[in-house]
Amino acid sequence: MGLFDKFDGLKAARRDLETLGIDPFGVEIERILSPTEGVIHGRRTILAGTNNYLGLTFHPETLAAARRALDAEGTGTTGSRMANGSYSAHRRLEEELAAFYGARDAIVFSTGYLANLGMLAGLTGPGDVVLLDADSHASIYDGCRLSGAEIIRFRHNDAADLAKRMRRLGARAADALIVIEGIYSMLGDRAPVKEIVAVKREYGGYLLVDEAHSLGVLGDRGRGLVEEQGVLADADFIVGTFSKSLGGTGGFCVSNLPALQLVRYSSRPYIFTASPSPTTIASTRQALAILATGRDLRARLRENYLRLHSGLSALGYRLGAPASPVVAVVLGERLQALRFWNGLLRRGVYVNVMLPPATPNGVSLIRCSLSAAHSAAQIDAVCAAFADLRGTVEAGAPERVTET
Amino acid sequence: MLEYPEILATLSAELKSSTQGRVPITEDTDLLSELNLDSLQVMNLLLHVEDHFDISIPVSILAGVKTVRDLAQQIEKLGHKG
Repeated sequence: MGLFDKFDGLKAARRDLETLGIDPFGVEIERILSPTEGVIHGRRTILAGTNNYLGLTFHPETLAAARRALDAEGTGTTGSRMANGSYSAHRRLEEELAAFYGARDAIVFSTGYLANLGMLAGLTGPGDVVLLDADSHASIYDGCRLSGAEIIRFRHNDAADLAKRMRRLGARAADALIVIEGIYSMLGDRAPVKEIVAVKREYGGYLLVDEAHSLGVLGDRGRGLVEEQGVLADADFIVGTFSKSLGGTGGFCVSNLPALQLVRYSSRPYIFTASPSPTTIASTRQALAILATGRDLRARLRENYLRLHSGLSALGYRLGAPASPVVAVVLGERLQALRFWNGLLRRGVYVNVMLPPATPNGVSLIRCSLSAAHSAAQIDAVCAAFADLRGTVEAGAPERVTET
Repeated sequence: MLEYPEILATLSAELKSSTQGRVPITEDTDLLSELNLDSLQVMNLLLHVEDHFDISIPVSILAGVKTVRDLAQQIEKLGHKG
């Protein structure tokens, strides 16, 4: 078998998309006009698929903080913290994240993907057991694989299935790591975290919660699902990302356990990656302060996702989960989803199309993510585009797919 | 202790129902190329097998698995460990 033979399948899939004239994976946003608007294919387009939950990417205070850091500290750190030194601001951000959660300490990683990779690979190794929700993000699966730990999946959002597997582990359950997400990124459904915590209390083990899509979104102070459900103290490790509600790039883990500091020395994705740039750290610190007191932003975001969720329900679409900032429309078939996605784009609405095997249960999804910065008029325009395309789903009528 | 014949019978029954009997299942049947199952589908199929034997099958055992026999042998080894 030749080096490139494995790409045959991908090549065929690319060719299919080219024939259709649809390229959801290579979208170029020609100009960014605001947190919720850009220009795509020369057309003003509502951005409803960018995970910009609090709309902070253009906040005057985060912009000003980033500019100050750029002038004071330059464009990049040119190396990893372990080998080339931390800037003071890296450590301040870690202290601020720890204080935000009332935790002992925090580690900052260079991306959200690396946060999961670095925590799982740094914390667990051969001989350890990780129990992960079957619908976990790729970064969680990849982190487990890098760690060499024994990986056991439990049925998605099924605490009883988790309990069964903890029971099967016997004495090993006391040291097992359970991994869940606050809000699952594909369907927008939440973990039954109270029930999961009850299993942990019964069998022992440690709980890691990835709040990537719930940080800043759920809980009075925005500390995610664990805060909203009153189980913050039961989460041994909380992982999050800067690239969604905080409008930057990077990730973190907070914990009360003293061992967190040792993970720095065992985590290859932490040790061998360049540290986040001064501008990223500065804007993230500022955004975190805004997020912590941003009850108004959370209220607006909630209004917005309820508006879209009820609008699409009223149109008779099948939605993936109860209302959350991720609103996913379930479409059965791949080609239909691609055409539908393209139809929305041609109507000035950018969302995401999600296809198997990245999706649960082999479904195809049209995935929207809402922002506090969306106006009611923008959400109504998104609903109008969905209304316009409603007939194509029911009748399976071919939507014209070539770009005009 | 898990016995190979019972594992094989359970696996075959699960595969038969998930492929609606389109392809005959033998020990040599290739899960990916003949049954067209991706790794995620195999893992989901294993959920039923896990319940049947009251075991958890680690994801890593799938790494070297190609045929129904490979899979049955891997599951058998888990039983010996326990």
